[in-house]
Amino acid sequence: MHLIEKLERELGKKKTPTIHVGDTVEVHYLIKEGDKERVQLFIGMVIAHKGRGIRRMVTVRRIVQGEGVERSFPMHSPRVKDITITRRGKVRRAKLYFMRDRVGKQTRVTELLGDKVRREREFEKALRASMDEASATPVEVGS
Amino acid sequence: MTLILGRKLGMTQLFAEDGTVTGVTVVAAGPCVVTQVRTKDKEGYDAIQLGFEDVPDKRCAKPQLGAFRKVNVAPKRFLREERLQAPAAVKVGDLLRCDVFKVGQKVDVVGTMKGRGYAGTIKRHNFQRGPETHGCMNVRDPGSLASKRIGKVVKGKRLGGHYGASRETSKNLTVVRIDLERNLLFLKGSVAGPNDGFGPVQSARTPPQKKAPPQQPKAAAGAKGAAPAKQEKKK
Repeated sequence: MHLIEKLERELGKKKTPTIHVGDTVEVHYLIKEGDKERVQLFIGMVIAHKGRGIRRMVTVRRIVQGEGVERSFPMHSPRVKDITITRRGKVRRAKLYFMRDRVGKQTRVTELLGDKVRREREFEKALRASMDEASATPVEVGS
Repeated sequence: MTLILGRKLGMTQLFAEDGTVTGVTVVAAGPCVVTQVRTKDKEGYDAIQLGFEDVPDKRCAKPQLGAFRKVNVAPKRFLREERLQAPAAVKVGDLLRCDVFKVGQKVDVVGTMKGRGYAGTIKRHNFQRGPETHGCMNVRDPGSLASKRIGKVVKGKRLGGHYGASRETSKNLTVVRIDLERNLLFLKGSVAGPNDGFGPVQSARTPPQKKAPPQQPKAAAGAKGAAPAKQEKKK
């Protein structure tokens, strides 16, 4: 393995959730309010991801009061506490930029179902459980 | 001044606690062997010669091989000299590692820029492009070379030509992190040359500590000096 890749593995988070384009996700993002810090949820659909290793970014889009909002999160940023997948989407494109031109019912994406998804979900669950056991402090989930 | 020889590995990014990202260049620096110590008595000045990266005997030219044999050091691919103000404190055969630098220190890195061949003025001198439509034919042209009155092209006029493959120094990069185990330096910012390029990232050289601070005030003073002058002109 190239040393840069190796370094990125060491410097970045141990495990990041496997996120696909089209998924609906909840990003637990740490925000600062004065002196206090709290976790804010950003719920939306992944419309793009770019970069590899520690440089990986995901772009999440949601509609807030009729206005489209997009945010890009570095997967390995310490401010991104967690990303949970609530729904797998069935899409045929790597970048869903066409979503920007769509409103209302047109923004729907069919849910991806089937054995593969189920297996992945179970794998993810097992992984999280093992990670929880490994770290004495449980993963903070602010809902 | 401290010198160490190395190789550029590539770039990556580091996250701070508050989520800020720093783009860093990873340089495999050292270990360097002292291959020669030059003294005032013998050579007329104080300096040490550093060697970096082993090379098989058959790849080394015979005169150099002889020199390496003489000091009982394995043949090295790179040799660079570091001038010293005082007689050297190190001996021949001593190892220098990347811990000669400290985190937070400013360094200069010399690299050989990637060659761009015969490049136009846009790539080479950051000229602007002409409009592409409405019948324009001067898209990437250099434009006027001079006025009719001057009657000649002034020496030093920026034009197209060979660009790149030249020695470039990236100055005052901050050492962000040091990995002594793997001989790695993490420098904030970019360094000229390709990844793994041999030789390009040849040395990280600190600017003299005394010289570095005056440089910035001078530039700042120059900018300040220029700004009022403009205002006066406007008046």
